[in-house]
Amino acid sequence: MSFFGFGQSADIDIVLNDAETRKKAEHKTEDGRKDKYFLFYDGETVSGKVNVNLKYPGKRLEHNGIKIEFVGQIELYYDRGNHHEFVSLVKDLARPGELTQSQTFDFEFTHVEKPYESYTGQNVKLRYFLRATVGRRLNDVSKELDIVVHTLSTYPELNSSIKMEVGIEDCLHIEFEYNKSKYHLKDVIVGKIYFLLVRIKIKHMEIDIIKRETTGTGPNVYHENDTIAKYEIMDGAPVRGESIPIRLFLAGYELTPTMRDINKKFSVRYYLNLVLIDEEERRYFKQQEITLWRKGDIVRKSMSHQAAIASQRFEGSSNPERTLSQNSDEDKS
Amino acid sequence: MADAIADTRRLFTKPQNLNDAYGPPSNFLEIDVSNPETVGVGRGRYTTYEVRLKTNLPIFKLKESSVRRRYSDFEWLRAELERESKVVVPPLPGKALFRQLPFRGDDGIFDDSFIEERRQGLEQFLNKVAGHPLAQNERCLHMFLQDESVDKNYTPSKVRQA
Repeated sequence: MSFFGFGQSADIDIVLNDAETRKKAEHKTEDGRKDKYFLFYDGETVSGKVNVNLKYPGKRLEHNGIKIEFVGQIELYYDRGNHHEFVSLVKDLARPGELTQSQTFDFEFTHVEKPYESYTGQNVKLRYFLRATVGRRLNDVSKELDIVVHTLSTYPELNSSIKMEVGIEDCLHIEFEYNKSKYHLKDVIVGKIYFLLVRIKIKHMEIDIIKRETTGTGPNVYHENDTIAKYEIMDGAPVRGESIPIRLFLAGYELTPTMRDINKKFSVRYYLNLVLIDEEERRYFKQQEITLWRKGDIVRKSMSHQAAIASQRFEGSSNPERTLSQNSDEDKS
Repeated sequence: MADAIADTRRLFTKPQNLNDAYGPPSNFLEIDVSNPETVGVGRGRYTTYEVRLKTNLPIFKLKESSVRRRYSDFEWLRAELERESKVVVPPLPGKALFRQLPFRGDDGIFDDSFIEERRQGLEQFLNKVAGHPLAQNERCLHMFLQDESVDKNYTPSKVRQA
């Protein structure tokens, strides 16, 4: 009984078994701060210990059961009460009874499916977390540990370039080209704008990256557009036959992979917006969707492997095996 | 396998035709509003401005033109464009009704500095409007800029390349 504050209570602590070795990733919180969380991938096992620490040693703690849950859920900000759980696993750690001293419980969620990437947006949040709960008659004691999940892809088999001719009849005709339609998050957009007809007075041209977060279904669809980047690619007036190059490094911007219709609740899509501005500040633009995906990091197996890659970059050799054997005693010829 | 360095070489581009590179640009359009002249006598006086146009845009029938227009002609043009086209038409310089009241210390609407201010505003207005691809499709704009006089009983229509 804890009516007068003299009753026993407990602190819960969740510790992962691989806390020392597991990488952490930065993730934006709802209020815009960036925090670091343990990084998991789909299929990885989540295991650890739950420490239940009694506040007053020696006193007993009665409880209605101790459990730990692994939850993956989508939270729409305009509908906070309803969490849509797409992953929900539970492990009972202790049956209803009492604890006479602080205790530690082991848990393991084996090969957990984590189908979607963690996402914190303007109107929706998708997160994964562990929640340990000590059930009590009046109020449960619980503790949550958020983790971050990344979804990885490999180079797509089909990755055609985007090439299109657009314009306003008799005023402005351009042909734009982007080298791919699917880019990974550290990729470079290489392209060009070719001017076929210029009868307006262009002042400059820029390329914007727009993120569109779509929430809701049917008549209640809501799009939230956010311009992530504005990158000027031309300053001045072009004439017919001129080609303007584009080289936009994506690693410098805060981007997530493209997320399409996640659990039928939301989408996050990215668009390249080519904008031409004339001398009277009129804007002419063409938007084109691109697909963003997350590439897995190469695991550096050993120092000599790292050295091989480094020397390959300097010497331009395309054969890592040859460079490796050069590093070990052979004369460089 | 080693991490591939992204290929950031430029995409292939056709070399530019030298005539295109060094020839006159295809977007030449210059409009001047100048030479204000007050015509008429007494209460029927009004000011006209010379509207001079030089261009190489094929949408204009004449490559050079010069006409005289008064403020109410500009008002007519603005109203026509608002009604006939989807253009967001920029504002004209003020109507200055207060200047038309009697017993002023200065020359009212025939005051030199007022006329100059208005001339500048009218020039800005025309340059903004005449360069708009959608406004260039309107018959009223071409009539205003290049016809001897403005026929307010005209039939609105769209203009295609001359």
